[in-house]
Amino acid sequence: MNIAVCVKQVPDTETRPKIDPSGKKMSEEGVKWILNPYDEFAVEEALQLVEKNGGEVTVISLGPAAVEPTIRAALAMGAQKAIRIEAEENPADPLVTAKALAEVLKQGNYDLIFFGKQAIDDDYAQVPQMVATALDLPCATVVVKLDIEGEKLTVEREIEGGKEKLSLSMPAVISAQKGLNEPRYRSLKGIMKAKKIPIETVQVELASGQLEIEKVKFPPEKQPGKIVGKGADAVPELVRLLHEEAKVI
Amino acid sequence: MGKFQGVDFYDIDSLLSEEEKLIRDSVREWVEAEVLPIIEEHYQQAKFPLHLVPQMGEMGLLGSNLPEEYGCAEINNVAYGLIMQELERGDSGLRSFASVQGALVMYPIFTWGSEEQKRYWLPRLASGEKIGCFGLTEPDYGSNPGGMKTTAVDDGDAYILNGAKMWITNGSIADVAVVWAKLDGVVRGFLVEKGTPGFSAPEIKNKHSLRASVTSELVFQDCQIPKENILPGTSGLKNALSCLTQARYGIAWGALGAAMACYDEALNYSQTRIQFDRPIASFQLIQDKLVYMLNEITKGQLLVLQLGRLKDQGKMHFAQVSLAKRNNVYHALEIARLARDILAANGISSEYQSMRHMCNLESVKTYEGTHDIHTLIVGEKITGISAFV
Repeated sequence: MNIAVCVKQVPDTETRPKIDPSGKKMSEEGVKWILNPYDEFAVEEALQLVEKNGGEVTVISLGPAAVEPTIRAALAMGAQKAIRIEAEENPADPLVTAKALAEVLKQGNYDLIFFGKQAIDDDYAQVPQMVATALDLPCATVVVKLDIEGEKLTVEREIEGGKEKLSLSMPAVISAQKGLNEPRYRSLKGIMKAKKIPIETVQVELASGQLEIEKVKFPPEKQPGKIVGKGADAVPELVRLLHEEAKVI
Repeated sequence: MGKFQGVDFYDIDSLLSEEEKLIRDSVREWVEAEVLPIIEEHYQQAKFPLHLVPQMGEMGLLGSNLPEEYGCAEINNVAYGLIMQELERGDSGLRSFASVQGALVMYPIFTWGSEEQKRYWLPRLASGEKIGCFGLTEPDYGSNPGGMKTTAVDDGDAYILNGAKMWITNGSIADVAVVWAKLDGVVRGFLVEKGTPGFSAPEIKNKHSLRASVTSELVFQDCQIPKENILPGTSGLKNALSCLTQARYGIAWGALGAAMACYDEALNYSQTRIQFDRPIASFQLIQDKLVYMLNEITKGQLLVLQLGRLKDQGKMHFAQVSLAKRNNVYHALEIARLARDILAANGISSEYQSMRHMCNLESVKTYEGTHDIHTLIVGEKITGISAFV
């Protein structure tokens, strides 16, 4: 099988975000970068499939040379090839990213294209579906189980209150959700091997963005809790406050 | 408490390669997920987490600076040190396991073993399929190993070992022991396999320290081992001592991991613990302790990083290793004690890790050359006068 996994470099989940002086994005100063956690499920699934069926896994990411450590982190799990699509920075508009990825993906003749279900930085969860549309391929998102029989792909995806089972033809685009598998730990041998794999850099003309971020801001600070009284006598007042002040019931 | 982020006040990360950082972060991730959730219980119950050994093998953490052709990861010595740091952030017992397996068992087999011994043992020890231990110290010969009483006698077809070794990490769980014994008055290394008649390895119980690690005695009573089990390249006590240099190098890094765990815990605790309506971190005496911790961790990091670069260039001297071991372990223990102080009553509870690290570091301070012996090794190096013979 010939599988592509599209990955993104994102700030570590423990980052204490600061807002850039422009007010339009998060400051990158002092940020520790990691492979997007959902992408790890995507890489793991791809690796398991080629371990079972043969073939190879290509990791693809868009961004400046500074994203290469993240590409290496994915390679160190066991992927065989890597492509970086040159871009000065990560586009604010997911459609720009999706078009560029589609441009590169259509040349690779992949049986499956994996993504994480969303990147934990902007949380858009749009690129997999956009890429599938651009390539006119079937797409299953938020996938927690995947089986292949011959040319037929069966997946389970999470939906509100349950699961949905789909069958798709290949090639197809899949976005991975937590639970799909247990990503492996990177081994030292994997890290040493990844060091020797060349990362192919490709140039794609990026479309102009149709979406602009005007402002980012922190959520309002959490207010301290309030004790309205004790025992059954306090219930009417509590109900009133929940209804009128907190407006949650 | 959030995920551990490491301690890096001087942007020391900028002195590490991408690959060194990736190796460190991968081991950190593993320790976070597999070690921290279970280690306290193992410590309390005085059990070594044996189930982690195959995982360590799988990740390539055992003998990781030895060559690929023997199944090892062949990483540089800075990355090796970072692994020791991360393992000891989990527990000194786990790092001790890795130090013994890599530096005291695989290293001597690699350095003085026959090709056959290397081909057989190294891949199995690297994968964790086999476990090793190292027998040098004796009940009456600790700082003075040259006085050892254990002997090997050539009886024509085999070597016959007699004697006893003491304080042997991994002893009771080891498949092979690298044993140092005098053959015609010369210290030589021998491989003694588990189950050899005349060889037993009773565990030393009821320890106050390194409780998540196995410590044993090795007893040899007319223990007959095949001729091919001698390490052919060994020719004196210096071989055993050079193994210790390898292990001490890892200990100097490891101690930093324990110190970081304690500093991180004390810092978090002091920022959230309220007394007199303020977090205790607002008090000058607490800040003084926290700054001491950060100060010594930062100095220790720079010390071992340069030591590692020297080792990679083949320029490291054993007295430099002694200086790093004595400094980093001494301060790690002080940091653990201070962290316990800051945590006050909570510090003695198993909900917190500082006291476990503190108790472990009491051993680390006096094993692999006591603090005082390392002082004298450095003392001899600078004065030219040995103070201990």
